[in-house]
Amino acid sequence: MSEPLLQAVNLRCERGDRVLFQDLSFDILPGTLTRVEGPNGSGKTTLLRVLAGLNDNAEGQVLWGGKDRNANRESFLRNMLYIGHRPGIRPMLSPLENLQTLTAGRAECSTAMLRQALSGTGLESFGDVPCHRLSAGQQRRVALARLLVADEPLWILDEIFTAIDARGVEALERLLSRRVDEGGSIVVTTHHNLNASGMQSITLGEGGHEL
Amino acid sequence: MNSEGPNRPAGRRDSAGILAAMKAVMLGDLKSSFRQPRDLVNPLLFFVLVVMLFPLGVSPEVAFLQQAGAGILWVAALLSVLLSLDHLFRHDFDDGTLEQLVLQPQPLFLLVLAKSMAHWVLTGLPLVLLTPLLGVMVHLEGNSIAVLCLTLLIGTPVLSLIGAIGAALTLGLRSAGVLLSLMIIPLYIPVLIFGTGTVMAAGEAAPVTGQLALMGAFLVLALTLAPFASAAALRISLSNA
Repeated sequence: MSEPLLQAVNLRCERGDRVLFQDLSFDILPGTLTRVEGPNGSGKTTLLRVLAGLNDNAEGQVLWGGKDRNANRESFLRNMLYIGHRPGIRPMLSPLENLQTLTAGRAECSTAMLRQALSGTGLESFGDVPCHRLSAGQQRRVALARLLVADEPLWILDEIFTAIDARGVEALERLLSRRVDEGGSIVVTTHHNLNASGMQSITLGEGGHEL
Repeated sequence: MNSEGPNRPAGRRDSAGILAAMKAVMLGDLKSSFRQPRDLVNPLLFFVLVVMLFPLGVSPEVAFLQQAGAGILWVAALLSVLLSLDHLFRHDFDDGTLEQLVLQPQPLFLLVLAKSMAHWVLTGLPLVLLTPLLGVMVHLEGNSIAVLCLTLLIGTPVLSLIGAIGAALTLGLRSAGVLLSLMIIPLYIPVLIFGTGTVMAAGEAAPVTGQLALMGAFLVLALTLAPFASAAALRISLSNA
């Protein structure tokens, strides 16, 4: 289990005239939690988007299972789950319909499983209410409900604790550490103080280095 | 990558799920739009109003309307599709659904094709269904109305498919309206010329099968090529977001 799942090799990304990060290399091993740290504007979200394959503007290479990620795109996407800071929830659809749309074409989830996932995030009575009537925190919870049914080995989660209440944060921390114990890999950005055994930290610079 | 797929749970399908994903994309779009009918009604209302105002503004004479009717309806249909294009990816871009779409394991061009088809069902198809009524209003003959409906039925999917390229390219811009129109209208012109030309020919009782076949060729070309261009444009727009 020591073969790295995802490897970043000499990543470098600029935005405007600032270098957000350069010569950035790290491995994501199975069963580990990796936290990307840094002040606002230091490129945490950009790094996560580069890892997830949403941002192609970075130089360097991302390897998936030892091979170029872009050449193995389907395998990578099938085994990776990304939740961005825009949660991917459609306001006119109900939480259940949103989950059905998000999980379609991936590992099969029955409606009963999805309902159970929703009740696991405390939204059981909101399953059929359009999401635009839910609060920001509840909408995030809909997106996070995916984590309860997801079996992708790699999760990339951007600012997942945003707008979640204290009990929700606790539950989410438990979920993440359980996932890591099961052998899943998780990459997160958060300003929340996250404690886990064997946590890897990647620290990005003070608002980026000047050129 | 089957054997070395890290921690792959048993029973995960590799290439299946394409149809399920396309269906989910289409259903999601249709449901969202039907629950928010304003975006749906706007282009239709525009279409009807333009066609209604022409006789009032230019000339209510039967001879003029018979001559210009097909052109008026085609131009109005084209502009109302153009009007609806900005919504095609914008909402999904804003709420993050588009990121999830790009990260689907299925080929992105197929998902974009599903989205374009949903857009056609929501804008192009209603225009085609309204055309017989408006055709009667501008004194077109029965045969011309039938051919007009047929050209719009073949032509409006082309408008949606080509429009998707422009909508995807201008996604990162704050106000994309003018640029989108400038980019897309030149690509719409051949469809417009052949669409109206076919109806004119039908009005003169000339054979139209050749022109209809050409429009069919446009449709096939758009169906096979446009989704690739839109998918590439979406990736670029999201990379710079």
